[in-house]
Amino acid sequence: MAALATMTNRLRTGAALIAGAAAAEASRRLGRGGGTALPGLVAATIAPDITAQLVRRAAAGTVVVTGTNGKTTTAHLLAECARAAGSDVIANRSGSNLERGIVSAFLAERGNGVRGSLGVLEVDEAALPPLLPALAPRAIVFLNLFRDQLDRYGEVDSVAEGWERMLIADASGATLVLNSDDPSIAPLADAGRGEVVTFGIEDDGIARGGPDHASDARFCRCGAPFRYDAVFVAHAGRWRCDACGSSRPRPLVAAHEIEQFEDGSRFALDLAGERIEVELPLQGLYPIYNALGAAAAAHALGLDAPVVARALAGAGPAFGRQERFRLRGRELRLWLAKNPAGMNAVLRALTAAGTPSEDAPQPRLHILAALNDGIQDGRDVSWIYDADFELLAGHAASVVVSGDRADDLALRLRLAGVRVDLVQPHRASALDEALHRLPAGERLEVITTYTAMLQLREIIAAGSGVAPYWERERRQ
Amino acid sequence: MSDVAGKPAIRVVWLYPELMNVYADRGNVIALGARCAALGVGCEVTRAGIGDPLPEEADLVLIGGGQDREQRRAAPDLARHAEALRAWVAEDAAMLAVCGGFQLFGRWYRTAEGEELPGTGVFDVTTVAPPRDEERCIGDVLARSTLEGVGEVVGFENHGGRSYLGPGVTPFAHVEFGYGNNGADGAEGARVREAIGTYLHGSLLPRNPALTDHLIRAALRHRYGEEPELPEVPDPFADRAHRTAAAVARRRSRRSER
Repeated sequence: MAALATMTNRLRTGAALIAGAAAAEASRRLGRGGGTALPGLVAATIAPDITAQLVRRAAAGTVVVTGTNGKTTTAHLLAECARAAGSDVIANRSGSNLERGIVSAFLAERGNGVRGSLGVLEVDEAALPPLLPALAPRAIVFLNLFRDQLDRYGEVDSVAEGWERMLIADASGATLVLNSDDPSIAPLADAGRGEVVTFGIEDDGIARGGPDHASDARFCRCGAPFRYDAVFVAHAGRWRCDACGSSRPRPLVAAHEIEQFEDGSRFALDLAGERIEVELPLQGLYPIYNALGAAAAAHALGLDAPVVARALAGAGPAFGRQERFRLRGRELRLWLAKNPAGMNAVLRALTAAGTPSEDAPQPRLHILAALNDGIQDGRDVSWIYDADFELLAGHAASVVVSGDRADDLALRLRLAGVRVDLVQPHRASALDEALHRLPAGERLEVITTYTAMLQLREIIAAGSGVAPYWERERRQ
Repeated sequence: MSDVAGKPAIRVVWLYPELMNVYADRGNVIALGARCAALGVGCEVTRAGIGDPLPEEADLVLIGGGQDREQRRAAPDLARHAEALRAWVAEDAAMLAVCGGFQLFGRWYRTAEGEELPGTGVFDVTTVAPPRDEERCIGDVLARSTLEGVGEVVGFENHGGRSYLGPGVTPFAHVEFGYGNNGADGAEGARVREAIGTYLHGSLLPRNPALTDHLIRAALRHRYGEEPELPEVPDPFADRAHRTAAAVARRRSRRSER
């Protein structure tokens, strides 16, 4: 009987792999995207334990990246570090981060005849706890925790509680790579059994006065409010609780002497005592946190500091995250923002670089902003009132608003004191109009939620002659 | 009938702006300020957090939603103000209490863990959160307000607690689509005199301009005893956002996507 059961299982796994591969091929041929979800869904339906089986194929083990913002970029940067160190990588690159996306990623690698040796997987923060036993990662990178898609997750606290229970139950002892600066993340060190590698920013020169309005970690577990000596992003900074004495742990991997400029940043990366200059071709402070998370994970994997620094400098943007295109002779840049903390980061990056100065007294930003309300964006668009669109006032030279909820976004911008030139829910028409308004030599900043990004990116990529993402990645 | 600047003004108290803010309810304050400016009405907002005193007088009180953790912190502090708030209601001051704020403006709120948080008793309403694994009430809401001149209201609800109105309490609205207070009796929110409690986020006021105007008028009546003449100022952006949200709610109700 046992032999029969084993055989049935093998048959089922085989059938799942064949069906998944067929779904991937069909999806690609139909031009329905890269097959980043469907193949996995098909395979996981046929053989529920397919994830555990596939993940074991990553001979060098797997690293999981989770958190509200920056998963895709961090996983991308870590994958580049691993590749630079000579490793093959299996990754779910385009942000498909539920179980089906992970299974699809492994199926795709198999289809291409590559047997990757390190798995680098971004995993949705709410989907991670039930998946962890199957993934059995060597390390888990926890980036941050903000309010996001509350219509799906319920409350922010329930995500944090889910992580904590998951780590207490996890016997595997995965290394925890934790953001010291986020008070929702750093205390996870106490819940887990594995080694801990912390990362954070050590530069008060870029600190702000206080946390954003939409802050989600105001109170310590003991009940007292957190105090901040410095705030870097949203509620991330040098925090402490005067009541119980808990405070931000000193990060092992840190960014010092941060310089930000229009198209990127430079900082001194302290990698467990070894100092090395890093140039990051991504704008804003968020990407620095992502680079730190990737560097800390790379350190946990035993990669050398110079290799990491070179990989970070050469990595470039991930799918739809500060990606640049040329379309009809104009430059465009895609920004993904789907929650208040993410939107604030984008708005700060854009307005810091585009501040009207004495040399250029006119507002300079040309913006196409698209708000959708699909399941992956969040059905509820309330969150736009927690984002500080007021930052844009006085900086925008032209604004075109699009997406299924263009009317909501247009109203929000108006209330923030930002002039809206055009409301055009239809994506392609809005893009035409925005490009039409763009003066020669200027760049169009395209800010979108997740599904709006997929839609606009497809139009832009097709028009600019860039191969679809999945094909570009496969050629690497 | 004017303040020192020569135009009418309303005095707004915003309770726990840093605590009860998890669901973008500051949009209500933003919309209120913008609409007052368009109507030529002054809008003085006083923020009152934990430990802060209430001002002597207020024409409009706002409180937003929070998670259980924040509600647990707000409840004992709010208890200090219960008497003053009820007195303001009796004098016809306007109020808007949303979600967690609505629950704390009732008589009590029992959390999923069985802990009972005291409310201000502004509304004769009690709220019980079912066990954690029970489904939350999440989704678009389309409702018809019981307030004359306000009509259709649109919003988004996301609450674990189920609220029940005491005998004779008027709901703020009747749901056409959505859960409302408890998913059973069709009631949405509550109102007493000029105080409104509701589960609707969205944010509520930006996309329900008729309700914004209703609150501004009530606040003006409270301060001046009568309503000053207000100009007709169209708000096409708010009207369009209202229509879009209503259309989305109707479409989702037909597809029963909940």
